[in-house]
Amino acid sequence: MAYKACVETMILTLAFRNLFHDRIRLAVTLVGILFSIVLVAVQLGLYLGSSREITSNIENAKGELWITAFGAKSFEDGGLLLTQKERQAALSTPGVKSVAPVFVSFAEWRKPKGGSTRVVIVGADAEDGGIAPFRLVEGTWEDIKAPEGIAVDKSYLSDLGIEGLGSTAQISNGRVRVRALTDDIKSFTQSPYVYMPLSRARALLDAPGNTTTFHLVTLEPGADIDAVRNDIKTKIAPAEVLTKDEFLERSLKQWLFNTGAGAALIGGALLGTLVGTVIVAQTLYSSTKDHINEFATLRALGSSSGYIIQVILAQATMSALLGYGLGMIIALMIVHAAQGSALPIMMTPQLALGLLALTLCMCAISAISAIFKVTRIDPATVFTR
Amino acid sequence: MSETPNAAATPGPFQLPVLEARGIVKELGQGAGMVVAVRGVDITLKAGELTLLMGPSGSGKTTLLSILGCILSPTSGTVAIAGTLTGDLKPEALAKLRRTHIGYIFQSYNLFPTLNALENVRIALDVAGIQGAAAIAKAGQALRDVGLGHKFASYPANLSGGEKQRVAVARAIASAPSIVLADEPTAALDSENGNEVMKLIAQIARVQNRAILVVTHDPRTLAYADRVIKIEDGLIVSEERTNTSSASDLNGATPLAKLTDTAGPAKTRLKPIPERTSEPIAPEIMNELIQKRKSNA
Repeated sequence: MAYKACVETMILTLAFRNLFHDRIRLAVTLVGILFSIVLVAVQLGLYLGSSREITSNIENAKGELWITAFGAKSFEDGGLLLTQKERQAALSTPGVKSVAPVFVSFAEWRKPKGGSTRVVIVGADAEDGGIAPFRLVEGTWEDIKAPEGIAVDKSYLSDLGIEGLGSTAQISNGRVRVRALTDDIKSFTQSPYVYMPLSRARALLDAPGNTTTFHLVTLEPGADIDAVRNDIKTKIAPAEVLTKDEFLERSLKQWLFNTGAGAALIGGALLGTLVGTVIVAQTLYSSTKDHINEFATLRALGSSSGYIIQVILAQATMSALLGYGLGMIIALMIVHAAQGSALPIMMTPQLALGLLALTLCMCAISAISAIFKVTRIDPATVFTR
Repeated sequence: MSETPNAAATPGPFQLPVLEARGIVKELGQGAGMVVAVRGVDITLKAGELTLLMGPSGSGKTTLLSILGCILSPTSGTVAIAGTLTGDLKPEALAKLRRTHIGYIFQSYNLFPTLNALENVRIALDVAGIQGAAAIAKAGQALRDVGLGHKFASYPANLSGGEKQRVAVARAIASAPSIVLADEPTAALDSENGNEVMKLIAQIARVQNRAILVVTHDPRTLAYADRVIKIEDGLIVSEERTNTSSASDLNGATPLAKLTDTAGPAKTRLKPIPERTSEPIAPEIMNELIQKRKSNA
């Protein structure tokens, strides 16, 4: 019904003709929207990609609660302050099924051919419900458990100075051998994750006794997560007990906002939106000004303000859809080109829809100045032109 | 303003007063710079009558036209369109009154350069809420009525001045308004095209029973008028009926034949279309009246 009404009216025809009447101006408008969309898509894509990198280990852990040292800032920055005491306290809490230590620490990776780089060691025993390397594409957890075994992401092989399975290197004072490869587990800190069993991680870093970074708590089915959490909290203070969501949020806050990286990405996206809005506003306004005599004629012929506003909004919507289409093509090309590179740009259906909504809003806001101009037309001007 | 004897008579279907303005005053500007553009004008427009409003530049013609067309509000005085007083109406209500009852013809055509002839007529119908196939049919008929049945797809840039003004005329009559207001419709045209357009306007007044007011300087237009009102310094200084085929003539003479004689072949393309006045005249009644008058003649 609404479609039929749209097609039968002259609003779309007039908007389309006004828009395409001056093709150079249309091209400028579309380029403005296109750049805006690409900029926002890349910035938000980077934000999403970074968020995914920051949270991937937490997201893929099976436990519901994380026991962390007081004030632990993120997955990579938790310290080595927990001991068996917290684990026992948690295990004695009703509703707890298992508690798995997770050892996370930055370490020095010495390349076989010289040089070094920083890595993040993730030591855990998958059998205990700890973090197992996910997205394994070569090798298995059993391979990793073999002497000196580790898993690294294949995208970091050259950064680590190794060639693939079977390559050896040194972490701190011990030798390690790549026995498994993961795919697409990138690190926001650019220090690759190195997965290995808990005991090997402790040994490599000479960690005292049974110290660890986190305890990952898995609950019994049907257990009340809040009640269990409070119970554990009272036993292990001042250590903290965080839900998965709280720990995700804390990690994101640390890396994206405390470091300013996320603010820069969001700021870039806002700037892109602002630039796009200004460009579209400018072109819509100048288009309206060029066609002002026609709008005055429409007014004299008795058109309602609503009719004229619909023409302007239809112009804005057409600009938005065209600019969005072109912008998304380029944004997707950039996302495709960034795959396998260090740039974690993501494009999700939600982001694509969000960008469409943003573009439409941007163009609608841009139309305000034109609408303001056109609704103030004095129809009597038709007699003086 | 003195009324003509015809106006005093019982109005027939061609004499319905569709616009009545009383005591119109319009002040423009403020303070020392204020100008009184119209100083107490009374005017009545009747269906089927072509009225010329003539006067020198600055005499208040266009201001008066704008007031009668509900584009400007008078400083004082009343305007009634098809029985509706416009004084208390808000801009949107005035716009509705315009699209329902008034068609405009402008000196510089005011066509949309990005729309072809058919679309230029359709847009006036669209504004009036007539859309889709009905609008296309009406717009096509209006263009055929003005002799541009072969120019539907032509854009204004490809039309001559006369053709452009014909499209503008088609746009003004397409939605069957009871009143057509024309501002210097021949000013931008050469003699031949000016005459053609005036013949067309005169024919529309008589055959389609519209009340038409033409603001003009052009003495060529006198030949087509039923009534000529002269305005100077915002005041009507004279009003006289002419000897051309008038609305009253239609009651007992042979207006259509006369019209065909004076208007040329293009006029035969015109046919009565349904009214949108407060008292609509059905086409069949219109045809019957015309036939009756023809046989009387």
